[in-house]
Amino acid sequence: MLGATLSSGWFLENAWLIPLIPAIGFVFIILFGKKMPQNGSEIGIVSIGISLAIAIGATFQWIDRVNSASGGSDYASGGFFGAFRAIFPTAADGGYGASFVEPVVKSWTWWQSGGLEFGIGQHIDGLAIMLLLLVTFISFLVQIYSTEYVSGDRRYTHFFASLTLFSAGMLVMVLAENMLQLILGWEIMGLCSFMLIGHWWEEEANSRAALKAFFTVRVGDVGLLVGTAIIFFGANDWAVEHGSNGFSIRGISAWALSGEASQSVLFWGGVALFIASIGKSGQFPLHTWLPDAMAGPTPVSSLLHSSTMVVAGVFLVARLYPVFFVGFDILDTTVNFITIIGGITIIVAAALAFVQDDIKKVLAYSTVSQLGYMMLGLGVGAWLPAVFHIFTHAFFKCALFLGAGSISHSGSHHSFDMKKDMGGLAKKMPITAATWMVSTAALCGIPFFSGFFSKDEIIDNASHNGYQFFYYVALVGAFMTPAYMTRATYLTFFGKPRGAAAGEHHDEGHDDAHGAAHADHDDHNGDAHDDHGAHDDHGAHHGPHESPWRITAPLIVLSILAIGSGYLNAPAFGTHYFTDWVEPVGVEVALDDEYGYSSGEDESAGIVLAAVQAGDEEYDVKAKGCGFADPSEGTVCYAPKLSHAVFSWSKAMPSIILVFAGILFSAWVCMGIYGDRRNPFAGLTSKFAPARWVHTLLVNKYYLDHLYEKVIVFAFAHPIARAAYWVNQNILDGIVNNVGRGGRRTGEWVYRNVDQRVVDGAVNASGLAASEGGHALQPVQSGKVNQYGALLFGAATVGAIVLILVNI
Amino acid sequence: MQTITNDTWLLTVGTFLPLVGVLLMMFVPASEEKTHKQIGILTSAVTAAVGVYTLLRFDFDQSEKLQFFVDSEWITVIKSNYTIGLDGISLPLYFLSMVVTLLVMIYTWDNMPDAGNPKSFIILMLVLQVGMAGSFIAQDLILFFVFFEVVLLPMYFMIGVWGGDDRQYASLKFFLYTMFGSALMLVAFLALFFQTGAASFSFAHLMEAGALIDRDVQIWIFAGMFVGFAVKVPMFPFHTWLPDAHTQAPTQGSVILAAILLKLGTYGFVRIAIPMLPQGAKAWAPAIGILAVIGIIYGALGCLAQTDMKRLIAFSSVAHMGFVMLGISTLTDFGINAALFGMVAHGLITGMLFFVAGSVKHRYHTLEISRLSGLLIQMPRLGWILGFAAMASLGLPGLAGFWGEFPAILSAYNPNFGLSEALFRTLMVIAAIGTVFAAAYLLWLYQRTAFGRPNPEFEQSAHHPVGAGVNDEHHDVDLHDVTKIEWIAWTPFLIAIVVFGVYPQLMFGVMDPAVSLLIERVGAGIP
Repeated sequence: MLGATLSSGWFLENAWLIPLIPAIGFVFIILFGKKMPQNGSEIGIVSIGISLAIAIGATFQWIDRVNSASGGSDYASGGFFGAFRAIFPTAADGGYGASFVEPVVKSWTWWQSGGLEFGIGQHIDGLAIMLLLLVTFISFLVQIYSTEYVSGDRRYTHFFASLTLFSAGMLVMVLAENMLQLILGWEIMGLCSFMLIGHWWEEEANSRAALKAFFTVRVGDVGLLVGTAIIFFGANDWAVEHGSNGFSIRGISAWALSGEASQSVLFWGGVALFIASIGKSGQFPLHTWLPDAMAGPTPVSSLLHSSTMVVAGVFLVARLYPVFFVGFDILDTTVNFITIIGGITIIVAAALAFVQDDIKKVLAYSTVSQLGYMMLGLGVGAWLPAVFHIFTHAFFKCALFLGAGSISHSGSHHSFDMKKDMGGLAKKMPITAATWMVSTAALCGIPFFSGFFSKDEIIDNASHNGYQFFYYVALVGAFMTPAYMTRATYLTFFGKPRGAAAGEHHDEGHDDAHGAAHADHDDHNGDAHDDHGAHDDHGAHHGPHESPWRITAPLIVLSILAIGSGYLNAPAFGTHYFTDWVEPVGVEVALDDEYGYSSGEDESAGIVLAAVQAGDEEYDVKAKGCGFADPSEGTVCYAPKLSHAVFSWSKAMPSIILVFAGILFSAWVCMGIYGDRRNPFAGLTSKFAPARWVHTLLVNKYYLDHLYEKVIVFAFAHPIARAAYWVNQNILDGIVNNVGRGGRRTGEWVYRNVDQRVVDGAVNASGLAASEGGHALQPVQSGKVNQYGALLFGAATVGAIVLILVNI
Repeated sequence: MQTITNDTWLLTVGTFLPLVGVLLMMFVPASEEKTHKQIGILTSAVTAAVGVYTLLRFDFDQSEKLQFFVDSEWITVIKSNYTIGLDGISLPLYFLSMVVTLLVMIYTWDNMPDAGNPKSFIILMLVLQVGMAGSFIAQDLILFFVFFEVVLLPMYFMIGVWGGDDRQYASLKFFLYTMFGSALMLVAFLALFFQTGAASFSFAHLMEAGALIDRDVQIWIFAGMFVGFAVKVPMFPFHTWLPDAHTQAPTQGSVILAAILLKLGTYGFVRIAIPMLPQGAKAWAPAIGILAVIGIIYGALGCLAQTDMKRLIAFSSVAHMGFVMLGISTLTDFGINAALFGMVAHGLITGMLFFVAGSVKHRYHTLEISRLSGLLIQMPRLGWILGFAAMASLGLPGLAGFWGEFPAILSAYNPNFGLSEALFRTLMVIAAIGTVFAAAYLLWLYQRTAFGRPNPEFEQSAHHPVGAGVNDEHHDVDLHDVTKIEWIAWTPFLIAIVVFGVYPQLMFGVMDPAVSLLIERVGAGIP
């Protein structure tokens, strides 16, 4: 079975088209969008649709490839369904998928420096395939949803252009063959988030939020630039020797696990890169931009929070996992940089979700908290559960955001304020409510919903891999998540309808500024031009109702997946498709010298392998295997050998109990605080001072925004910048001006005292020269530049002669 | 140095062709403004066509060699020859100067500065073009110096005659400051000449002989060149002429200044100072690196403090040229490649920003950031172009600016020839933080000028003169989006920014062999 050729196919070989098509789509929308019958949205949908089709094809072919690598005979090329029917071994540890599946790598010369050529291309492995499929799928649904949600918007075309480029950016990053390509996608997303969050830039709050998002992420990007540099120079020599280079993902991975990499280079490279992840994935303490990013239209939030942008940071860690694995000694310690940040983020963000009135902000903090879980998973060596959590989270979080959008679109009259404008919506919006409930259940980690299967695995593996403390942190998070979601659900769908949900007509000092933006909307068009509390009093208004199909259809699809996606890897039911298809196998792979590195023309540039596997013995996990022992001569490792915790219901019990406890407790508290039921929690913050303090602290977001905006940013933008400019104008420029002025005065003095007096007596050479100088230095007033030039040349000649004399 | 002597006429024609236009215009009376503009555009177009032909004839597989090489006697008394040639280092800049002049000339068709008199204005620009192109082809130190100085006077008059309110001060400061640098530079050139045995001024000779000079002497000579070039770049702390000159210069002057003139300084470092004085360069490299990084942060802080859009863009040049100089100071092939790329990218991007600033000024008669708002509503296309240029300027990958910035930062991790790693790695981190500042000042500028609602002051144009008493010129505000002439002048810039950003190999492929050879040569000179 070894040495069998891996199957490939057109879709796998041409996966690079997946980002390219939306990128071209973007250009077309910008150029021709406004002239199209649907104002450009059709270009966006079609381009994403084609990409989705290619991604689906590539997924099938990848599954075939995996199957062909691990023997083939059991599940001979039956495509997706064949693979589904195949019976997999059920051992939870190390027993399946034992062959390394070579990624489909392609590279074309992009730039060169110092005689080395660097490429751009594709690196298709399980992780890339998973995200390609996920991103195109979610983007497709979000675009359909948007045609309804933002219809009539004055920048409808631009919105679709940005949305399409956003997806393209994420896709470029996902299949990046090297670090620079990854940075390219990463930054394109940053740009698009800026454009989309600031979509309604007439309002200053929105443009500020856009700026904040771009800027905060940019702070983290310093780490990306520095980390890439560190890793490049660390890896380059080794990688070039092995037919790759220091930017290549494969080269870096193999180098990190080769045993020849310096631990400190890996550590500092890892720290720098993780700082980039902190910025992009909204980890503490750079999470503050994410809630503000809610200023963008809801479809943007849903795309940004589910499968693009914020996932990029998690993806970076997962992609370069060997660097972090070795650099941070994962599995050898009980604490590391990633787990600390991930753990803090889970708790800190979940706590903030309790005090939000804005439904989207609850979801935003929930995303931050869930991203903390993913990071924690990566930090404790649970690579697969973390990546699986990206997958499941994308569906239910997207559904939740689109649900919130549906509520504001048709239920709360463009308000997102749960306390003011919602309540009791379950009856009026049954589809939205049902999909919301399902997605919430998935988010909370209720058994048999998808979130359970991924989150519980992270928690289980934290304990399995010896990260006991973080196991408890994750359990606390497991309690908090259902608690805040119950609160949000209660406020939105239950209790008495309030404000707009009760059909009330708002009038909050509507002025012409808004009227202008609203003028061309009729009510049913859904004026999605403003988010928070922008109210429209034009046209007829008829209370909350269910949204039209273009909104509910994506909701239904997503909520089905919010249940179903979990069963791809539900150890409780013995499925581990995801493990087989996505997880890279940490075994030694023989290097094939025959191919070597042959400049950019070779399409499969990079480390070329024979499909020969070096060792086949059972590994004693902690003693031997990639990432624990150096690969033997002539072989390399691309992924660390990770073990998986074996699922059992008894181990899952604590988290299950906590989840239900969270729901019940929260429901009880909510009824006290927001409902009529009298219990000790009613009016708690006014009765009990410490509760009030905590509440104030949370409402002020731990004062982090104050620190960043009012202290750090303010200091640089105002006093420090002004001080620097003052130095420039008064000291540096002062010197220049004084030298000029001094020169002029000297000239005048010489003219008066030497020229006029001495020349009167007897003409002498020095007087003449001084006179020349005197005149020449006057151009400060008279502009006799030529004379001055002549003088300078003369002086230069004299100086040159002096210098020569000195040096001879 | 290996040379190829094909098409020997090409560079001379390409460089001096604008003088033909000047000659023609001498015979046309100044009142026929249109004819002058036509001659100007025609001349620069023909020049640019020669440039295109040069590109076609250039052998890209041997871009490390000097091509179209000519070496004929010139001033025998001082052993200076007319030696010219073009290799991968100078080709992009040489061509850029031709294109920029053409586009600026086109822009002038509709946008003659207020002082009028297109005849003199266009003649000056053509002379300027001769100086710029000449500087990039010169392979003889005296020849280089002559071209280098030829540039000075036209620019002095452009600022001094067609500039803003404070033009007298700005133009004189520009002239004297640069003169001061030139003087020291000339001293250094002459010292180098005599120290190498007073045999020849040709680059090839000086590169071989210069490396043999004593280390201490090299350091002194390098100091002279350093001041001369650093003023031109400009590097902190010699930059104070730049904001004034840029702010006061007419749009055309600002664009040429940013796009080409500043590059004469960095080009001088790469072409002359470093290869001729390797040991001096090594000794000076840490100082250059430190000043470069100070320039990055300091320039950015200066930007944050600005209330005038054009002055802000001017300060951003200080920061961007800091990245270029950081790349050069590492003395690595990576760094110098990045620097050369950064020079062209900065020329395109900052040139574009100055164009936009000029157009904003033309329409609103002010560049006060606090008075500008809602550009995207009043002039959406102009607003988009400003946003595009700002994004390019802050180093977004996929646009040209990134390829000058990131490899420069990268190269500082591993400086060449045993330069202090600890120092350069610190510089790398600070420079990387500089990219955050770049995002800050550019996006903040964009937020304040392009977003939001238009300032009511400029709300309508037809009947009320705007800001009477605030503006010196009581024009009516005539808010119109990008005009046809502006599109023609700007589109090549916009396309080039995207093309070089998406496929940087176009330029790296040309420069890299020449740079590798250069570094090899420098390495040979350092024991």
